[in-house]
Amino acid sequence: MKKQKISIWDPTIISQALIQSFKKLNPRTMLKNPVMFVVEVGAIFLTGKLIANLATGSAGNVGFEFQITLWLWFTVLFANFAEAMAEGRGKAQADTLRQAKTETVAKRLGSKGEIKTVGATELRVGDIVLVEAGDLIPGDGDVIEGVASVDESAITGESAPVIRESGGDRSAVTGGTKVLSDWIKVRISSNPGESFIDRMIALVEGAARQKTPNEIALNILLSGLTITFLLAVVTLQPFAIYSNAAQTVFVLISLLVCLIPTTIGGLLSAIGIARMDRLIQKNVLAMSGRAVEAAGDINTLLLDKTGTITLGNRQATEFIPLPGVSDLRLADAAQLASLADETPEGRSIVVLAKNRFGLRGRKIGGVGKSHEVVPFTAQTRMSGIDLNGRKIRKGAADAIEAYLGESRNGDLPELRRIVERVARVGGTPLVVAENLQPLGVIFLKDIVKGGMRERFNELRKMGIRTVMITGDNRLTAASIAAEAGVDDFLAEAKPEDKMALIKREQAEGKLVAMTGDGTNDAPALAQADVGVAMNTGTQAAKEAGNMVDLDSDPTKLIEIVEIGKQLLMTRGALTTFSIANDVAKYFAIIPAMFVATFPVLNGLNVMNLQTPQSAILSAVIFNALVIIGLIPLALKGVRYRALSASALLRRNLCIYGLGGLIAPFIGIKLIDIIINAIGIAQ
Amino acid sequence: MKDIIASTLLILILTASLGVVYPIVVWGIAQAVFPFRSNGSLIEHEGRIVGSELIGQGFLSERYFHSRPSAAGSGYDASASGGSNLGPTNSKLISRIQTDVEELTGNDPTVRVPADLLTTSPSGLDPHISPAAAEFQIPRVARARGINESELRRIVAESTEAREVLILGEPRVNVLRLNLQLDRISR
Amino acid sequence: MTLNGILQILGYLVVLTLVTKPMGIYLTRVFDGERAPFERILGPIERMIYAFCRIKPDSEMNWKQYGRAMVAFSMISTLAVYAIQRLQYYLPLNPQAFAAPSPDSSFNTAVSFMTNTNWQGYSGEATMSYFTQMTALSIQNFASAAVGLAIAVVLIRGIARFETDSLGNFWSDIVRGILYVLLPLAFVAAIFFVSQGVIQNFKPYEVVQTLEGTGQTIAMGPVASQLAIVLVGTNGGGFFNANSAHPFLNPTPLANFVQMLLILIIPAGLTYTLGRVTRSQSHGWAVYAAMMILLTCGTFASYWAESRGNPLLPQNADQSTLGGNMEGKESRFGITNSVLFATVTTGASCGAVNSMHDSFTPLGGMVPLVNILLGEVIFGGIGAGLYGMLVFVILTVFIAGLMVGRTPEYLGKKIESYDVQMAILYALIFPLTILVLTAISVLGEDFGLTSLNNPGAHGLSEILYAFTSATGNNGSAFAGLNANTLWYNTALGAAMLVGRFLMIVPVLAIANNLARKKRVPESLGTFPVNTALFTALLISVIIIVGALTFFPVLTLSPILEHFQMLSGQKF
Repeated sequence: MKKQKISIWDPTIISQALIQSFKKLNPRTMLKNPVMFVVEVGAIFLTGKLIANLATGSAGNVGFEFQITLWLWFTVLFANFAEAMAEGRGKAQADTLRQAKTETVAKRLGSKGEIKTVGATELRVGDIVLVEAGDLIPGDGDVIEGVASVDESAITGESAPVIRESGGDRSAVTGGTKVLSDWIKVRISSNPGESFIDRMIALVEGAARQKTPNEIALNILLSGLTITFLLAVVTLQPFAIYSNAAQTVFVLISLLVCLIPTTIGGLLSAIGIARMDRLIQKNVLAMSGRAVEAAGDINTLLLDKTGTITLGNRQATEFIPLPGVSDLRLADAAQLASLADETPEGRSIVVLAKNRFGLRGRKIGGVGKSHEVVPFTAQTRMSGIDLNGRKIRKGAADAIEAYLGESRNGDLPELRRIVERVARVGGTPLVVAENLQPLGVIFLKDIVKGGMRERFNELRKMGIRTVMITGDNRLTAASIAAEAGVDDFLAEAKPEDKMALIKREQAEGKLVAMTGDGTNDAPALAQADVGVAMNTGTQAAKEAGNMVDLDSDPTKLIEIVEIGKQLLMTRGALTTFSIANDVAKYFAIIPAMFVATFPVLNGLNVMNLQTPQSAILSAVIFNALVIIGLIPLALKGVRYRALSASALLRRNLCIYGLGGLIAPFIGIKLIDIIINAIGIAQ
Repeated sequence: MKDIIASTLLILILTASLGVVYPIVVWGIAQAVFPFRSNGSLIEHEGRIVGSELIGQGFLSERYFHSRPSAAGSGYDASASGGSNLGPTNSKLISRIQTDVEELTGNDPTVRVPADLLTTSPSGLDPHISPAAAEFQIPRVARARGINESELRRIVAESTEAREVLILGEPRVNVLRLNLQLDRISR
Repeated sequence: MTLNGILQILGYLVVLTLVTKPMGIYLTRVFDGERAPFERILGPIERMIYAFCRIKPDSEMNWKQYGRAMVAFSMISTLAVYAIQRLQYYLPLNPQAFAAPSPDSSFNTAVSFMTNTNWQGYSGEATMSYFTQMTALSIQNFASAAVGLAIAVVLIRGIARFETDSLGNFWSDIVRGILYVLLPLAFVAAIFFVSQGVIQNFKPYEVVQTLEGTGQTIAMGPVASQLAIVLVGTNGGGFFNANSAHPFLNPTPLANFVQMLLILIIPAGLTYTLGRVTRSQSHGWAVYAAMMILLTCGTFASYWAESRGNPLLPQNADQSTLGGNMEGKESRFGITNSVLFATVTTGASCGAVNSMHDSFTPLGGMVPLVNILLGEVIFGGIGAGLYGMLVFVILTVFIAGLMVGRTPEYLGKKIESYDVQMAILYALIFPLTILVLTAISVLGEDFGLTSLNNPGAHGLSEILYAFTSATGNNGSAFAGLNANTLWYNTALGAAMLVGRFLMIVPVLAIANNLARKKRVPESLGTFPVNTALFTALLISVIIIVGALTFFPVLTLSPILEHFQMLSGQKF
């Protein structure tokens, strides 16, 4: 979906939104938004009153009353339009997704291996299907057999195919994606209608949108304000009667609509929808709005070192031989031991030996007749090669030490000294031994990604603590942590350590966010307040987390946090703006209401509006137009800056508080000038 | 029910201690240490109590300094304290003051009357007038009593109370005490 | 405005600031389970009271138990005050042989004193016997103040405690509040007041012959002992009708200064207690600062308005020598002390007055009115001021949290929708009661408007002030309104009950909800509640909530009258 950046003012969306604005006038729909519901009731009432007045001929100032009524309707429509615009963007994306969901045919495998062709909708959890090159994968599931390259552009927008294979962390496949080569057997993990794509469509369309806790609280605040102003306006009539200055219902409802927080009320749901949309544009799927909001509150960010803080692959940068061993001998042994090692580390050793010592990379077949590759296993934790009687091994220091056993105790202190030195500067020491004799150490260096220190500094300013998780030993971890600028690290981490860390942080009342992809990350992802699963990860991880990153980019967490904060900030800013606006509206409407009876009250007409009618009309028009004017802000969100809470608040208060105080004075005055110039306010 | 019993018992014990014991203890100490004050600062003159130093009285005679207008009862009724409670735009207030001004100035627009002689106090029992209000009355009292004005001015100055603790309150003249002083020196 | 006047105001504010910390420390020691001062002397008395009333002072209550005990105590209090008034004629210490006040007046007075409002529809020296004053009214001066104090202490506990539902023991809070805080202060103050000329006797009214030979009946009574608690407990119900303007209640400028100090000493001290108990002293000061700034601004605004005098007076009325509008102000206090007292007594929900607010200039009188309309949080009534302010703090923190993109937090607690809901409820009940009852009154040709003393816009101010004062539990008045009628006695009584209990319930609910919460650690992303920025935002929220609700009605009352006065109109 990266490909389809949708402009805010996309004409098809606008035309759709226009139609939707009217459909949303249904009072039952409006009831969800108490503020705008009050406006609609006001508009309906005034329309009725206007018609009744015309019918009985008892109309007062019909032109004025008609325009007030009209603008109240506009106010409601503008608010609906804002919401429809936000939804429209989601709908456009949903349509693209639906194309991927066209009815597919599945080759279901029976218990005896026979293939039965069924519709994808007939698949149930646990069914096993065969997908061959050219087929669409009929549903979400895990690869249980085979390897295939899969085109996932339908959901990620990324055209480069990805490899999916059984076992390990790349076993999850998504319905609607296409197998390009080879074949796989997939165990289906979701029933029809509950698949990833289905959920995604529901999310982007806003159908699954639930109100988030802060949104609920804000709604209560807004309802409270609405009731308060309703009261202020209803009781104003008795006071006006006492003062012999009774008001028409048109004027009273105008005052009410101007006072209740229509600006934020009209834009509230648009803001919520737009934030979800924003996440989707970043290729992140949030399973709940709650999670997005929680992202703004994160205290602690757990980041895996590899792939997030450092480039995924370490590079060999130096050979450090033991005393009495030549550089060349060490390099040669190291290269031989790494020939069969297809990992990036292994390849970098081969390359380093070539660059440093001119040792050409040899084909395994070319180095000797009797060779046997010793692959890396979790038990031995080393790899190597047996070649013409040479037994060359490389591995972590403790693994090699165990392998050497008692045989070479004499060199151990020196070896340990080197190993420790390498670890202390953030390298990973890899010990090379030949025929049970240690030769020296390969210095594997972790390369910290560019710009990480700056990002962590930003996070620190937001009050977020970063913790690096790594399987490295303490010394290495400390060194990399210092280089990357994280606040803390967890070294030699096993999955249960990660879990324990999250629980510890949460016990202190902190909110924790993490990323993960493996099945063994699933418990931690579930435990974390914000768990972002990588799309490349296992189905278990995706189920456990509350967000999925389609790009599988672990640094995305930082952007998610920003979006979460933006969501709240935009609401807060518009609420403040909306309330601050009331001051100017009072100064426009109140003098206009009473100046006829009490000419002295013109002293309150600080904007010097021309007539009472134009003053009231200007306030109502401003109130309606400001909703339209703020749609872009609601959709794009208030710009987030990494600042401390105090600095951020001061900034936002200046812009939206002070701005909200001043802007309407200018706006209402301008509208007053215009409508008087064109002569529609009589 | 437990709450009701506890409440009732607590109210009972509070009534006995705070409602009876506490005021009586204060009374005992007050009567012992400040008998004059606690009994109302009553002033005797020629063998009879003529009033309280703290409670204003109305004076009508030309020979006395006059107090401020009073809204307490029919004027300086010390069993019905209170102010006029007239708002600033109330025509009753304005016309009352207009009448008083005319009377005090003899319709001379150049004479300025200190406002305290035109306004009622909130208690209606204000024992004081401002030094300016006393000054305003000096010519009249001097004429009525046949003392010269500078002598009178000296007496007024003597009975003017200054601010307390350097800044607190306003300078003021106790009308009853001033008039008593006048009676002592000139019958 | 004079230099001396400004110095008096600033002097008062400085002294108030100086006493805040010692008072706050003292209150903390009384209520925070520490060993209170004077424990050795008062401890045995305290235990005796517990034994007599069968109270277990150490058993902690949850919010519902606490609320139930509070309601029971208030109900019995009301009944006691009502009964004593109705039986006054048959009870001792009634030298003037006053008959019982009417049932509706007795109801109004009972509610008024029980709710710490001390609105007085009656005139003290012409209605109440010494016995009624001492045993019915004075007891409530202590008790209602202690209840307010207790609720504030409960809310502070709610903020300071984590993951618990126990909020203290109501009975112990009441008894300790009275015994360790109110009684000692009142006792010392009473003796001081006597030294200044406040009376304390049980004599019948003194009949004297004045210098000019007319008779004058001087009301007497045990004034000093009652006056002291009236101020310390921010009650405000005067022994005499003229309240603290009466020379027997407030004889000297020094006494006046001490009275103003006594009104605010506990409310100010509580802000320090808040900081101390929650271990966030600077937050306590930030709240204090908000109150202080509002008080200072109000005082100077009113001072400015009163100093300009009344332009409707004849040209040769010399208002400038005396510094301004002297109608309804005592000579010894002048403009400055009248205005300062008015802002202090309305900022706090005290309601004692040393001048007649009804006769203030429109803007000068709008300040006391607005002080109450803002919710009695400018220091506010004893206890009530702080808990009202904390409700605004919760709203402020909520808005600030949204503005910085973080779920709002307050002193280590997340502010969630339930808290906001209760805070809104609290903030809603107040204007609802005031506006609706005022609106009914102005429509009531034959029950609402007949009580008016002033016509036009000022009349609306009188009614608005009455319901504002009653709902805010203040008790001061635009006293021209004759409120001793069936309608006003009943409606104002209802307003007082609503303003007290319907607002305490949400506060207890918030205290309970906060106490149950887990601690949230602070970080740079948390909006700090101890900065000048916080104080400024808190002030804005208070003003906006207050001003936006009441601006329309104020336009038709003091603001309209102001413009009318300037243009020379009278009614």
